[in-house]
Amino acid sequence: MYDLYSFSKDIVDLILWIVCGILRTVLNINSFCDWLESDNVVGVLVYIIQAVVIFAAIFIVCLTMIWQERKTLGRIMDRRATQVGPLGYFQNLADGMKTMVKEIIIPDSADRMAYDWAVTIVIGTGVLLAGMVPLSDRFFLADYGTGLLIIFAIFSLAPFAILIAGWAQNNKYTLIGGMRACAQMISYEVPMLMILVATVLLAGSLNINDIVAAQQDSTWFFIPQILGLFTFLVAAVAEAERIPFDLPEAEAELVEGWQTEYGGMRWGLIMLGDYFRGYVAASLGVIMFFGGWDGPYLPPEIWFLIKVFIIFFGMIWVRGSLHRIRTDQILNIGWKRLLPLAILNLLVVVTLKVWGVY
Amino acid sequence: MISMEEGKKDFIAAPTEEQIVQNVLAKFPDLVNHRATKTRRVYFKADIDVLFSLCKYMRDEMNFVHCSCVSGVDWETHLGTVYHISNYETGIMVEISVDIPYDKPEVDSVTPLWNGANFHEREAAELFGIVFNGHPDPRKLLLIEEYDFYPFRKSFKPAEVR
Amino acid sequence: MAEMTVFLGPQHPFGHGLWTIKATLDGEVITDADPIIGYLHRGWEKECESRLFPQIIPMSSRLCYGSSLTWEHLYAKTAEELLGVEVPERAKYLRVIAIELCRIQSHLMWLAALGTDLGNLTVFLYAMRERELLLDLMVKLCGQRMTTNYPRIGGVRNDAPENYERDVLRVLKHLETKHKEQIDLNDNSSIFLSRMQDIGVVSKAEACNMGLVGPSMRASGVDFDVRRDDPYEVYDQFDYEVPVRKEGDAYARYSVRIEEMYQSAEIIRQAFKQMPEGPYRVKVPRAAPVGSHVARVEDPRGESLMWIVGDGGRTPYRLKVRSPNFVTLSLTKKLLLGYRLADLPAIMGSIDVCMGETDR
Repeated sequence: MYDLYSFSKDIVDLILWIVCGILRTVLNINSFCDWLESDNVVGVLVYIIQAVVIFAAIFIVCLTMIWQERKTLGRIMDRRATQVGPLGYFQNLADGMKTMVKEIIIPDSADRMAYDWAVTIVIGTGVLLAGMVPLSDRFFLADYGTGLLIIFAIFSLAPFAILIAGWAQNNKYTLIGGMRACAQMISYEVPMLMILVATVLLAGSLNINDIVAAQQDSTWFFIPQILGLFTFLVAAVAEAERIPFDLPEAEAELVEGWQTEYGGMRWGLIMLGDYFRGYVAASLGVIMFFGGWDGPYLPPEIWFLIKVFIIFFGMIWVRGSLHRIRTDQILNIGWKRLLPLAILNLLVVVTLKVWGVY
Repeated sequence: MISMEEGKKDFIAAPTEEQIVQNVLAKFPDLVNHRATKTRRVYFKADIDVLFSLCKYMRDEMNFVHCSCVSGVDWETHLGTVYHISNYETGIMVEISVDIPYDKPEVDSVTPLWNGANFHEREAAELFGIVFNGHPDPRKLLLIEEYDFYPFRKSFKPAEVR
Repeated sequence: MAEMTVFLGPQHPFGHGLWTIKATLDGEVITDADPIIGYLHRGWEKECESRLFPQIIPMSSRLCYGSSLTWEHLYAKTAEELLGVEVPERAKYLRVIAIELCRIQSHLMWLAALGTDLGNLTVFLYAMRERELLLDLMVKLCGQRMTTNYPRIGGVRNDAPENYERDVLRVLKHLETKHKEQIDLNDNSSIFLSRMQDIGVVSKAEACNMGLVGPSMRASGVDFDVRRDDPYEVYDQFDYEVPVRKEGDAYARYSVRIEEMYQSAEIIRQAFKQMPEGPYRVKVPRAAPVGSHVARVEDPRGESLMWIVGDGGRTPYRLKVRSPNFVTLSLTKKLLLGYRLADLPAIMGSIDVCMGETDR
C-alpha cells in the first residue's frame, strides 16, 4: 500500500530526476549522477526524507499538545490562557522565539562535558522515542520486530542522564532534584513493563502493527486489562513528571529541580523533550489499550491523534486538580500499590488466555 | 488548664488583679513597686537584681505562661527593659519595667523561662547595646555584622531631612 | 552519609517574603534549621520617634500589607490610650467590620499561598478570585485596596458609603456557598491530607512557652483569643465561636484558619445589625501626656502588641511593635527538625509568614 516509504521514495526520485537531469545535460557529469542514483544512496536519502517528515509531524503534534494543555489548564483555573493567534495557537511560537534570544548563563564551576552531554541524551532520547511511535500502519519510520520493548528500553535511559545532569550543574538543589527524579522514574518503569508483558500475551507479538491488528480482530484491550489501564495511566503520569508526581521539579522547594541551571534554548528543548515523553506515554496507552489507529470513516492517523489528545486531556485534568505528592509517598505508591496491581492484571490476562477467551 | 507546674502549693491558675498585686508585694517587699492597675492590666517596676526571680515566681506560681514582649528603651539617663507577660486563663497582662545603668548595661535573660523572649532579647541587645546574661544564642538578628553602633539609642540621630 | 547545608532563600518561591533558612540535610531529612531574618529591617520604630501622631497611621499599615487594617487599628488604639480619647460607638462598629473583612481577606491570601506551596495552582487562583471581591469592598469603604489608611485616632476616616451593608452581605453569602465548594478541593483530597497531617507538630505546653500565637496556637489546643478573653472595641457584644483543635499539626492549623473565616462572617453580620447612628470621629489633643501605655489586638496571624511612651511632646518617645510572626519564626528549628525537605513548604505554609511585620 502507499505508505510513507513510497511517498518519500517518490519525493527522492523527483529531486534526483531534476538534479541529475541538470547535471547530465548541462554539465555532462555522468559518474557522479550514476552514483547518486544507485540503490544505496537512494535508500539513505529516502530515510532522511522520511525522518524529516515524521519529525515535522510529531513536532507540530507536540506544539498542539502544549497549546491544548495551556488552554485547558487556563479554563480549569477560571482564566483565559494563551492569546496570541487564533484561539491562542501561536503562543508557543512566540515563546519559542523568546526562548531563542535569551542569554545563556552557564555556572562557572559546572562540569561542562557532563552538563552538555547529559542534557543532550535526555532531549535526544525523547525525540528518538517520538519518532519511533507509528501513527498508523502506513505512517512510520521503520517496522521493527522488537516493537514496544525497545521503546520502553529507550524510555529508561533518561533517568541516568537526569542524575548526571543534576550533579553536573554544581548546585545542591539540582542534585536533590536529580536524585528524586531518578528514583521516581526507575520505580515507575517496573509496573509499566509488567503491563507490557500482559499486552504481549494477549496480542501474541511485540510488534506494534500486530498488537493493533489483534485489537481490531477482537475487542480493544482495555476491556480485559481494566486494572492495567488504570495502573498504566498512573505510571505514565509519573514517568512524564507531571503534577501530582512532579516533586523532582517542585517549584516550592527546588525552584526548577534538575533543570535549574539550564537557560535559554537548552531549557526550551528540555521542556519540549518533556512533552515528547508525555506524547510517547499517551500514545503507548492508546496502542496498548484503545486499539491504536482503529476507527471508522476517518483516516487512521487522525483517529490515533484524536485518541492521544483525549488521553492527554485526562492527564491535564489531573494536573489542574491535585496537589503534589511527597517523594517517599510517590515511591510507596509505585512499589507497594502499582506493582501488585500490575501483577494482578497479568494474572487476569493469563486466566483469560488459558480459558480461550482471547 | 494551661499551667506549667500543676500541683505546687500556692499555685493560682487564674489570679485576679488584686491577688497578683498582693502576692507579688508580699513576696518581694522592697524591690518591686506597684505603679497602677487597670482592667486586666497590672504595672510593676522592679529592681534589676530581682527580675529573674520575679519572672520565675510569676510563671510558676501565677500561671503566666506567655511572654508577649520584651522591649528595650533609652530613657536618656539610663537604659531600661520592659516585659509584658500574659496569663491565658484570665487575659490579664502584667508589665514589668526595669532600669539598667549605662555603665553596666547587663540584665538577666528570661529566655530560660519563656522561649518566646528569645528573638526579642536578641533584637534589644543589638539595637540598644544591652547584654542579656544567660541568653542561649546572642547573635545579631536584624542588623548586619559590621554595625558597631546602637541605632535605637537616643544619641544616634538618623539623617536629617533636607 | 555526609550532611549538606542548603540555603533556602532569600529569593525563594516558598518563602512568602524575604528570609533565609539555613538547613542542614542528611539526605532528605532536616537535622538543623536556622532562620536568618532582617533583610527588610527599616528601623520603623526609630522613624516613628520623629513623626507626629497622625503621621504614623499610614506607616503602620505598611507593616504588613495583607493585614494592614489590623496594624492601623492597633496603633490608633494605642495612641488613643495615651492621649486619653474615647471613641464613639458607631466608629467602633465600623472598625470591627473593617477589621473582620481584612481578616477574611488575609486568610484567603494565605490559602492561595498554601496552594502554590503544595503544587496546586487552581486553589491559588480560586482563592485570589474570591479575594478580589473583598478588595472591592475595601475600595468602597476606605478608598484603597490594601494599605487602607482608614482608622484615625479618635474614630475612622469616613462613614460607610450607601448600600454598603447590602454589598457586604452579598459577598459574605457568596463566600459561604460557592467558596465552600472550592475549599473541598483541599479537604477531600487524600493527597492534601497525607501531606499536611502529622507534620510540624507542636504540643500545647510548647506553644505557650515558645510564643506561638494566634490560629497556630489554637490548633495546638490552647483556647485563648484576644477578641474574646481580653476584649477591645465592641467584641464582647457578639456571639461567635473560636475554633480550637487538639492535634497541633499543619492540617489543624489549616482547619482553624478556614473556620475562622466563617466566624468572621458571623461577626460582620451581627455588627451590621447592632450598629447605631451617631458621629464617627472625635477631636483629639495634639500633645501627649507623659506616661506609657500598651494595647494588644488579634491580628490574623496572632496576638499583636504595641507599647507607646509619651513625653509631653507631639511625637512619641518610644513605640515598640511586637509582631506575632517575629516570635513564630524563632520556632523554625523546633517545627522543622526531623521532617523531610519536602515537608518544609507544607509546614511553613501553614504558619502564614509575613516578613514586613517581622523585620519592621
